Amino acid sequence: MARKVPEVNAGSMADIAFMLLIFFLVTTTMDVDTGISRKLPPIQEEELENKPPPIKEKNLFEVIANVNDQLLVEGNLMNVNDLREATKQFLNNNGDGSCTYCTGSRNPRSSDNPFKAIITVQNDRGTSYNLYIAVQNELVAAINELRDELSMRMHGMPMSELNEVDQKKIQKMFPQKISEAEPVNLSGN
Amino acid sequence: MSKFRKEGSKETPAISTSSLPDIVFMLLFFFMTTTTMREQDLVVRVIQPKATEVKKLEKKSLVSNIYVGQPIKSYQSKYGTEGAIQLNDFFASVDDVKDFIFAERESRKEEEIPLLTTNIKADVDVKMGIITDIKQELRKVQSLKINYATAEVDDLDYQK
Repeated sequence: MARKVPEVNAGSMADIAFMLLIFFLVTTTMDVDTGISRKLPPIQEEELENKPPPIKEKNLFEVIANVNDQLLVEGNLMNVNDLREATKQFLNNNGDGSCTYCTGSRNPRSSDNPFKAIITVQNDRGTSYNLYIAVQNELVAAINELRDELSMRMHGMPMSELNEVDQKKIQKMFPQKISEAEPVNLSGN
Repeated sequence: MSKFRKEGSKETPAISTSSLPDIVFMLLFFFMTTTTMREQDLVVRVIQPKATEVKKLEKKSLVSNIYVGQPIKSYQSKYGTEGAIQLNDFFASVDDVKDFIFAERESRKEEEIPLLTTNIKADVDVKMGIITDIKQELRKVQSLKINYATAEVDDLDYQK
């Protein structure tokens, strides 16, 4: 009969595992990166030969932030808290009546329909990053709220519970059209 | 005293620790899979602004980070208190952004290059001027997918 191989002592296994555990606890982080995603427009090298047709003034929603962190929305001084509601009214306006699912007031001096409506943001070099993010957040929130309301009317549930195809459809019905003006120095410093 | 009681049975038997390594290994694997390696040390202060409409950044390996903020205390005598850019692990100027993006592209597979996202982690007190400069540089090198890092909150109230 062969001699019995003595068993390896596994008592220190726990210590080794603990050491590894503590090493990983110290060197790793758990946080997930979150944020607002944007796509920058490519740089236009030269002037286009066929200029795009001009956009009507009423289809533009101008948001300007100055060096003192004040907002000028469509020519009026506005608080950031009111920006979401104003944006929703603008996108949902349905001035030419071609948007069958819009519930807007059909003001002839505001946007024609959600496809023509464009939001443009302009800021000064001295504007704080905080306000810039707040503005971006409110604009995205306005579009998301409109989409959610539409989803409730069409499917009876919020957009997050729809399947992917329906989500895409609703996203197309209220497209996110936010343009950023080429940087300018508004305050002159 | 009963007659049949065995000798020394008054002591409680020791709890078996033989399953301890298994438990610890389980914890270990849990942490190894759910966490990511700590990023480089920051030399700028970054307090991210808050936002409600945030999205998660998928695929951490395809994200390159640009930090913008006020230099931390020990560097303030040398680099001032204005917003500064940190690339990799030290201060950089706006002109270095291009080289940084090229270096990031170099280290990735070719088919992954269009998917690269630049994550701008900027402090709340930074002015837009420096952010705009970075964005212009990114446009010049055709690195168009960007993300403004923000902390997620459920409700926001702007005091102003």
